[in-house]
Amino acid sequence: MSLETVKIETKDKFIELYHENQDLLKSDSPEYINSIREEAFNHFQKLGIPTKKNEQYKYTNLDQEFNNDYKTYISPKNIKFQIEDIFKCDVPELNTKVVLLLNGWYYDRENLLEELPGGAVIGSFQKAAQVYPDLIKKHFAQYAKSEKDGMVALNTAFVKDGLFLYVPKGVTIEKPIQIINILMDEESGLTQHRNLFILEENSEASIVVCDHTLSTPNFLTNSVSEFFIDKNARFDFSRMQNEHNGSKQVSHLYFQQERDSKVNTNTITLHGGLIRSNINVLLNGEGCENNTYGLYLTDKGQHIDNYVHMDHAYPNCTSNQLFKGVLDDFATGAFNGKVLVRKDAQKTQAFQANNNILLTDDTDMNTKPQLEIYADDVKCSHGATVGQLDEDALFYLRARGIKKKEAKLLLMYAFANDVIKAIKIPALQERIQDLVDKRLRGELSRCNSCQMHCC
Amino acid sequence: MLSIKNLHASIEGKEILKGIDLEVKPGEVHAIMGPNGSGKSTLASVLAGRELFEVTEGKVKYFGKDLFDLSPEERASEGIFLGFQYPIEIPGVSMVNFMKTAVNEQRKHKGLEPMSSSDFLKLMREKKELVELDAALANRSVNEGFSGGEKKRNEIFQMAMLEPKLSILDETDSGLDIDALRIVANGVNKLKSADNATIVITHYQRLLDYIVPDYVHVLYNGKIIKSGGKDLALELEEKGYDWLKKGETV
Ligand SMILES: Nc1ncnc2c1ncn2[C@@H]1O[C@H](COP(=O)(O)OP(=O)(O)O)[C@@H](O)[C@H]1O
Ligand SMILES: [Mg+2]
Repeated sequence: MSLETVKIETKDKFIELYHENQDLLKSDSPEYINSIREEAFNHFQKLGIPTKKNEQYKYTNLDQEFNNDYKTYISPKNIKFQIEDIFKCDVPELNTKVVLLLNGWYYDRENLLEELPGGAVIGSFQKAAQVYPDLIKKHFAQYAKSEKDGMVALNTAFVKDGLFLYVPKGVTIEKPIQIINILMDEESGLTQHRNLFILEENSEASIVVCDHTLSTPNFLTNSVSEFFIDKNARFDFSRMQNEHNGSKQVSHLYFQQERDSKVNTNTITLHGGLIRSNINVLLNGEGCENNTYGLYLTDKGQHIDNYVHMDHAYPNCTSNQLFKGVLDDFATGAFNGKVLVRKDAQKTQAFQANNNILLTDDTDMNTKPQLEIYADDVKCSHGATVGQLDEDALFYLRARGIKKKEAKLLLMYAFANDVIKAIKIPALQERIQDLVDKRLRGELSRCNSCQMHCC
Repeated sequence: MLSIKNLHASIEGKEILKGIDLEVKPGEVHAIMGPNGSGKSTLASVLAGRELFEVTEGKVKYFGKDLFDLSPEERASEGIFLGFQYPIEIPGVSMVNFMKTAVNEQRKHKGLEPMSSSDFLKLMREKKELVELDAALANRSVNEGFSGGEKKRNEIFQMAMLEPKLSILDETDSGLDIDALRIVANGVNKLKSADNATIVITHYQRLLDYIVPDYVHVLYNGKIIKSGGKDLALELEEKGYDWLKKGETV
């Protein structure tokens, strides 16, 4: 018996999908979006899905992950569920404004844009593109560039919905906003939401994002978020990645910070089969501060790959990167962080660290912190460690009567706590402490049984 | 309570302990002295259960049980306490959390309920006073940034918290000034009872002015080459170890 297989390139599948659905894709998007869409599609045709030959994606085989027959959500699918049943609040202090995306679509279809106090707006990106064309034209696809990354091009070519947040000049949103990304369907699906966050001068907001899977099929996500943080604005962004291990997600965050703005991000990775997180920051004015933190606790066959690009384009900015991870079983991971200090960016302070604990010999971690400095008056450091739990510390704890398992947990928890400490919202910090503790104890299972109690 | 017979231990194939015999009964204080590198810390570590060292020969009974059947945490819960020569810094683990976990794990081992938070804090306060431990230290991470003397005092504080039956204090006196030494010795003496025993490992006779031993042993090159009463310490102070070393080779 001979079997001939014709290998269709992953890229070609998406090209075909685009051609087939072009009309539908373009039908309810304004012209200015569609022209960017066309451009992005052209870039995608050239770039395709990155393979491991691409230096930036060396440790994660995306081509293989995207070569499947998952359906894509060209239009919203009507899936109803009782939100109250799924998310019951056990952190009353975490008094948040909650919005949902279901398979990449803004969930509340009756109420696509909502005004918040002070004239801030939250809602569906697709709707916002129609209602606020001037605002969106100014920012959409300005920070996430399709010509640089095939994955961004793919997302942009298929852009439909996602989350939109606008905070006008001088406005502070007191309550944290919680965005819950829900993946739920009876069949496997590819989600590519597109988010846009605009914080005008001197405004302030904090966001908590939770990624969830609420049904068992495999899911694939390729999301892009753009953040424009204008002068003197303050923005806090924490996210919890807690999808089941049959799901794969690639996410791209692009921040542009203007003078004297301050951004904190925290990415907490608990569950998920394959996770690639890209964070790109452009410090585009003097006096900016950026703190980009991440914690990943993985086991079994999980794969986690964090990529950070920190671009110091102006003088007197400070950036801190701290990524910490504990890998168990045969989990694999990569960290690739780059700090670029441009010629004029004098008095830059940039720090970068990636520390890993490998609990077994079968885990594998690749870490590559990099500095590229063209200015001469700067203070920069970078470092990476890959090691085991400290045997001396472990013995010290055991010699006081603490069981080996408990002693290990104490050490892992202490290790993780540097990142958790940096979470600004106290109630969220506590919640995450608790989740991390459960995760390390192996008591946090996949989130169909939802232990996140997000809202 | 402790009976060591012909104990041999090695690390990476190198024999460090070469046949140790020692009997310790409740209420006794034993001092082990000897020059650097003779194996004092190794003996202490082996008794506490450090797996780095391999026991190649001999038996150790602790209250009739084979000590080597017990894990380090079981030994601790059964009342063995090692005061480390070099206490370990553990960033991110607070002293309070560390002690609370240790106390409650040991209580669990004995079938007791965990201690209430208020009882625990009261106990902490009492014991801190006993060893005159700076209150601020208890709010920091375990030994992190502690001075040498603070680390040693912290060992005695932990001993006071855990109320062991057999304390093995490995050079708890080194690096301490006279005042600190007195406080540490005072702590040890206050905790002394007819039911528990102490093994003090030291280099200097000076600690023994404060903690009066019933027996003094000289450990040299992995063996106890001489045992005696407290006067032996004075003799060592006067004559050094050389006369004993010579004696050994005769
Ligand atoms: N971790 C180790 N690895 C290799 N050799 C060791 C280790 N610990 C101790 N030793 C060796 O064992 C011998 C005894 O050391 P130790 O027990 O610390 O002596 P003491 O406490 O009497 O000064 C020394 O020769 C020392 O070099
Ligand atoms: Mg020693």
